[in-house]
Amino acid sequence: MQADDAAILDQAEAWRREGRGVAVATVIETWGSAPRPPGSRVVIDADGHFLGSVSGGCVEGEVVSAAADVIASGVPCLLSFGVADETAWRVGLSCGGRISVHVERVD
Amino acid sequence: MHLDLLSALNAARAARRACVLVTPLDGAGQRLVAAEEIAHDPLAAELAAALGERRSTVVEAQGRRIFLGVELPPPRLLLVGAVHISQALAPMAAAAGFDVTVLDPRTAFATAERFGAVPVIAEWPDVALPAYGLDPFTAVAALTHDPRIDEPALAAALRAQCFYIGALGSRRTHAQRLERLEKAGIGPALSARIHAPIGMAIGALSPAEIAVAVLAEVIAARRLPAAQPKAPQERSRAAANT
Repeated sequence: MQADDAAILDQAEAWRREGRGVAVATVIETWGSAPRPPGSRVVIDADGHFLGSVSGGCVEGEVVSAAADVIASGVPCLLSFGVADETAWRVGLSCGGRISVHVERVD
Repeated sequence: MHLDLLSALNAARAARRACVLVTPLDGAGQRLVAAEEIAHDPLAAELAAALGERRSTVVEAQGRRIFLGVELPPPRLLLVGAVHISQALAPMAAAAGFDVTVLDPRTAFATAERFGAVPVIAEWPDVALPAYGLDPFTAVAALTHDPRIDEPALAAALRAQCFYIGALGSRRTHAQRLERLEKAGIGPALSARIHAPIGMAIGALSPAEIAVAVLAEVIAARRLPAAQPKAPQERSRAAANT
């Protein structure tokens, strides 16, 4: 069954209680035609397992890799994605929108 | 995010309480504010606006950028009537993210075999609904064609301000229904919120097609609240403004 934004936070809590390192990534701002609205989330564990989405699949890979750093350091970070990025060929939103994603560790 | 805060957020959702997760983007001070505590909060105006628009947003306050994450209870759909349309609609609505429950006091209809994993309550609305707990994050579709079952559910849904209320039946059937509801104390200001005939106008004929039309209307009520049916006095005011 596909997890909705609400149910994935239950998974994040369950993972943390199992002792796994867990990060929560949340879309906080969008500009233009963005695939997922503010409040959309991905939860990620230290092994790179993840649930949910912050885009149509365009930038989740980058978010998961940033989450590994956040889980290791405990320092939250803010990621920005858009077609105008220098990273456009690697990750970017083909829809033309821009999004900002906040990544934080569950302590 | 502290694990205790995550637990509190999950508990609020399970208890169907709206709240806002306040996250300062420059670091410390993350907290959860319950909807009923907003008035006493330093960010009262910003929190009320975000919750009112049901939209998570970044605000600037006290020289800080702060993310307000609006956390609403998951949407539910109550299908009154364990009928053929409900059998088609239940799995579609579940796939679209609704917690679906079927209610029908007729035990020949209300069987688990007809609905798989979807919970079925074989009870009268007046008996079952207090425990089910209708709220503004619940949609209700009355599909039995039987006024003794549909109308108590519709009356309860209107009083609970459910975000979508629809009823199967022709315009003539609905006119008679409105007369009976008025006698039961539900006036036109409330009953104007009922979508009837039910479902978006897509020419649906089969039970599955009607299910698509109803689900589309439920989604529109959730995502386009401004486009919903208005009470008669609001409608004339809107007309006077155009």
